[in-house]
Amino acid sequence: MLQVGLYHFLVLSGLLFSLGIFAVLTRKNAILVLMGIELILNSANINFIAFAKYGNFGFSGQMVALFVIILAAAEAAVALAIVLNIYKNFNTVHVDEIDGLKD
Amino acid sequence: MQGFPILSLITFLPILGMVIILLIPGKKEDLIKWVTASATLLQLVLSIVLWQNFNFTSSGINDPASFQFVEKFRWIEIKGITEWLGTIKIDYFLGLDGLSMPMVLLTSLVCFLATFASWNIPRAVKGYFALYLLLDTGMMGSFLALDFFLFYIFWELMLLPMYFLIGIWGGPRKEYAAIKFFIYTLFGSVFMLLVMIGLYFSVYEVMPDGSKVFTFNMLQMMNPANYGADGILSPMNPSNLRLLAYIFLFMGFAIKVPMFPFHTWLPDAHVEAPTPISVILAGILLKLGTYGMLRISFPIFPEITQQLAYWIAVFGMINIIYGAFCAMAQKDFKKLIAYSSVSHMGYVLLGMASLTSQGMIGAVFQMFNHGTITAMLFLIVGVLYDRAHTRGLDEFGGLATTMPVYTGIVSIAFFAALGLPGLSGFISEAFVFLGAFSVDSIRVLTIISAAGILLTAAYMLWTMQRIFFGKLNEKWANLPEINKLEIFTLAPLAVVVILFGVYPSPMLDMMNTSLNKLVEVVGNAQVIYSNMSAIQF
Amino acid sequence: MNETLLLQLSAIILFLPLLGFVLLIFFGKRIPKAHAVENFLIFVGLVLSIIVAFGKISFFNDQKIVYEFQWLSFGNIPLIGYTGIKFGIMLDNVTVLMQFVVMLISFVVHLFSVKYMEGDLRYTRYFAYLGIFTFSMLGIVVTHNFLMMYIFWELVGLSSYLLIGFWFEKKSASDAAKKAFIVNRIGDIGFFLGILILYVNYRTFSFNEIFTQISLGNLPFGSSAWLTASGILIFCGAVGKSAQFPLHVWLPDAMEGPTPVSALIHAATMVAAGVYLIAKVFVMLTADALLVIAYIGAITAFISATIAITQNDIKKVLAYSTVSQLGYMIMALGVGAYTVAFFHLVTHAFFKACLFLGSGSVIHAMHHEQDIRYLGGLRKKMPYTYYTFLISTLAISGVPFTSGFLSKDGILGGTLAFANLTGYWLLPIIGFLVASLTAFYMFRLVILTFHGEARDRHKFEHAHESPATMVLPLAILAVLSIFIFYTPNPFNADAGWFTKWVKTPSTIVPQNQAFGFMIKESGEHSEDIVAHSLQYTEALHHAHSQAMYISLLVAGLGILFAFVIYQWRKISADNLAQKLKPLYNFSLNKWYFDELYDKTAVTFTIVLSRISAWFDAKIIDGIVDGTASLTRVSAFGTGKFDNVVIDGFVNFTAYFTGFFGLIFRRLQTGKVQTYLVMVLSGLVILFFILRSL
Repeated sequence: MLQVGLYHFLVLSGLLFSLGIFAVLTRKNAILVLMGIELILNSANINFIAFAKYGNFGFSGQMVALFVIILAAAEAAVALAIVLNIYKNFNTVHVDEIDGLKD
Repeated sequence: MQGFPILSLITFLPILGMVIILLIPGKKEDLIKWVTASATLLQLVLSIVLWQNFNFTSSGINDPASFQFVEKFRWIEIKGITEWLGTIKIDYFLGLDGLSMPMVLLTSLVCFLATFASWNIPRAVKGYFALYLLLDTGMMGSFLALDFFLFYIFWELMLLPMYFLIGIWGGPRKEYAAIKFFIYTLFGSVFMLLVMIGLYFSVYEVMPDGSKVFTFNMLQMMNPANYGADGILSPMNPSNLRLLAYIFLFMGFAIKVPMFPFHTWLPDAHVEAPTPISVILAGILLKLGTYGMLRISFPIFPEITQQLAYWIAVFGMINIIYGAFCAMAQKDFKKLIAYSSVSHMGYVLLGMASLTSQGMIGAVFQMFNHGTITAMLFLIVGVLYDRAHTRGLDEFGGLATTMPVYTGIVSIAFFAALGLPGLSGFISEAFVFLGAFSVDSIRVLTIISAAGILLTAAYMLWTMQRIFFGKLNEKWANLPEINKLEIFTLAPLAVVVILFGVYPSPMLDMMNTSLNKLVEVVGNAQVIYSNMSAIQF
Repeated sequence: MNETLLLQLSAIILFLPLLGFVLLIFFGKRIPKAHAVENFLIFVGLVLSIIVAFGKISFFNDQKIVYEFQWLSFGNIPLIGYTGIKFGIMLDNVTVLMQFVVMLISFVVHLFSVKYMEGDLRYTRYFAYLGIFTFSMLGIVVTHNFLMMYIFWELVGLSSYLLIGFWFEKKSASDAAKKAFIVNRIGDIGFFLGILILYVNYRTFSFNEIFTQISLGNLPFGSSAWLTASGILIFCGAVGKSAQFPLHVWLPDAMEGPTPVSALIHAATMVAAGVYLIAKVFVMLTADALLVIAYIGAITAFISATIAITQNDIKKVLAYSTVSQLGYMIMALGVGAYTVAFFHLVTHAFFKACLFLGSGSVIHAMHHEQDIRYLGGLRKKMPYTYYTFLISTLAISGVPFTSGFLSKDGILGGTLAFANLTGYWLLPIIGFLVASLTAFYMFRLVILTFHGEARDRHKFEHAHESPATMVLPLAILAVLSIFIFYTPNPFNADAGWFTKWVKTPSTIVPQNQAFGFMIKESGEHSEDIVAHSLQYTEALHHAHSQAMYISLLVAGLGILFAFVIYQWRKISADNLAQKLKPLYNFSLNKWYFDELYDKTAVTFTIVLSRISAWFDAKIIDGIVDGTASLTRVSAFGTGKFDNVVIDGFVNFTAYFTGFFGLIFRRLQTGKVQTYLVMVLSGLVILFFILRSL
């Protein structure tokens, strides 16, 4: 029987992180980009918890993970608001069309 | 009078007036004029007070102790920036002697009268009178300053208001004239600045603590003992830099005189300047050139003065003759008077070049007389120009019939200018000739210069005839006679001209102690300075 | 009667006319009958001058009364010490006599002018001018000082200028005034230089002090040549003022002034100032200077006499005759006949003033007709004028029993004696020739004016004798032209009082520089100041009778010719003129002096002035403006350099940067994802770099 160890968690979180990055870099839709960010955050959570479980850190890993979840919620709220505003101003949520930073 | 800063007051009174004027709204033109008039009147009164309290026996020139009404305190002091520069100390140093006293009187008199000649200045009254008073301060300060640096500041201070006064209130070619005046004079000042700095690094004052501090004090510069052996302009320096410095300095002053061939700014400036400014320009400003020579060049470089006196006389002669010839050919009244100034300033040069007491007294007296006479002449031109709006000599004729009073005043001025005895111009010219003729080397020049008397008579009388005599030109039949205000500006000058023509003693007594001293300073130079060189070699 | 009183009176006499001038000029309009004030003042002056002359001559005959005061000082001059200029007045016999003559003539002229100038636009001012003239002339007379002399000398020139140009509306009048002043100035420059030579050497202007120095042997610059030079230069002043050749051209033109002025200034007093000046400095003139003076005088006398013959203007004839007579006086001084020169000055002043006033009377009567060709026959209409004019004419012609005979005879005798002793025979020859010419042209004038038929009927009808105030001056002057006022013996002036009052002073120049006969010989006439050697007194004595006969002969011939040609018309004047056409024209055109001066000196001056003005405007100012333009051009050049090169470099840097910016801006998409890619790749690169370390 395959023993599930730290290594596996890290691979999972790595995959999850890569997927997240991939989504952030390639998706045009701002919502999907946000979802990618969520993925990245969650991959970080997995890392935290995994290290907490296998390491000798007490509860601090879980604590940070909780903190990140809360933060992610807040971030999502703000980000969605921004997206809504962007939509209002630019009439689109496609990030490749929004190049105001260039100026 | 002791302790009361009367010289500062007389110098900065116009500035005070200027400040008041600047605070008055520009629309109250009458008030502005009266402020100017009272400032200049007060200045005149003060200078008369000075004259009354002036000690005739005190010589001045190079002796700090015998200057009168002295005001001296440290003005700028910068402690050792570098070892080489040492401590910079500049004094605020005013003083009066027999050389500056006549000039102070002249300045205050002419400035006061020219105020009234400015009464009808057409536009921007506020600006005009503010600049006018600034100019007054510049001139007065130049005559009183005994610190070279201070002198230079006042000297430059005159330029700015003059530039604007010609450039804004002038005639058709005012910009050209103003710029020409400004640049020409500045050109001269630059040379002066060079020499001033050169002198600064050559002359030091010994402080109470024994340290040696460079100084701008003119009186220290006149004392050969104050020159360090290694100074650039030290008499002990074997290079001929002192000669060069003298020529530079002389050029700076000569432009102001104006001496041939630096005189061409003068006719242009005069023709374009408004009447009162011409009056001041010819009456006072030109004197600063010769005053500077006597105050600075002569006593600081006495040995070079002796060396070059002949050439100064040559230029004096050229001024006299050449100026007279040029005047004779002019068709513009004002230009003619301008050239006559060139000619008359030649007498000053000739007189001072003689290095004799009579010549020197004649020269300074001529400075004063030329100031009053030329002021009259320019006022006279102004009177005519205000009425006829032309200055062409050939356009007039027969004005003596309709304007007898004017003609009378013109006659006084013209005859004074051509050196008629009984009027002041004669006395100074005669003294110049007395002095110059007694010097062997310039006797021939003097004889040639005497022809100037004839030429002056010729062009003056010719002018008189063309304007006033002959059949009345119908075009001018209705020209009004000279009015009370104009008489008020001219009459005091006429009185001065007649008074000093008959009895010049008050003026001569005032200056002869100082000028004899100056003659002595220059006369002794050869001995003192050649001894100093002997130490070196 | 003491000296102080005399000096005070003289000073009062001097300043009375000045007072008149000041009053009339400034208050003339407010004072009713202002001219009367002036006339009164002059009259008072005249009375005082008689008192002074009387007092001086009777109580202090051989004395010089001097008063000097310090006018100004030069202070303590280094190496020389205290120096100043003194002014002062000096009364000797010549002075007081001259003072009297000036006042008398001034008075009669004032009197004459009251009617003559009546109705003139500037009546009051005319009298004011006469006042200032009288003042300055008296100043010349009483001065004891070269500088003061020069001052009054010029002031006289001024008043002459004002009076000649009195009717300035006429171009000719203002021209004449200008000419008079300028020509006089030429002489004055010489005078002034002469004074300078003396002052520079002796540091004083006073006659006495200078003469003392010279007599002590202190010559100017240590050489007698300078003494001669100073003498001749001072004489230049006289040449100008007394209208001597070559500066005589102004006097005839000066006749543009009112006729009484001509009588006062240009006949009797001012023009005599030159003679007076030479008399004052007579003692310091060397033989060479005297010879120059004598020749100038003779040449002048001759030239103007020849011109006077053909002139048609009554005043011009008189003017040239004045010049000629002045030449006489100058010549007399030159030959050392000091006393008679001054004597002639006095007699000439009276009869010439009378002639001028007489001509004024004629001109007044004939409505300003001055051309003698249109006069004639006035004898009956104007008897008083005629007879006074005739007496004066006799006097100037040198007819016996007149004052002119005495003085002219004295001058001719003096030249003759001089020629005898020194051999300069040309001088007496010219003298006699001129005497003859004088008699001729003066009688020509009398005959054409008063005798014969009237040639301008219309004006003649209206002519009338002048009023009493005009006739009286004529009478006074004519009477004074009779011998009795000068000497009891009509044929010998030496018998009279004049020569006792005025004595030739002894020369003070070094003996080898003076004419031998002028050197005083001790022994004879010890009480006199007279300075002549016995030899000269002898020669003079001989010459006296010779001169008298010859002058009578030549004057008689002159008068005879005048009558033959103009009265009896035995010889036609016109034919004569035709025959001698070139000579006639030469004389009529005044030897072409005016033309000559116009073509040379005047043109030269004007051309030179134009050249100077051109030079000034084009060359000197051209250089200035050229420098300015050059500066502007170079400023333009540096401006270009600055714009193109310096600024170009700066701009190039900017462009360069911009160019790269253009390249790099491609990276700047503005898309967040691109940036993220870059961040990641950066991280990766960083990771590898850090790892490799």
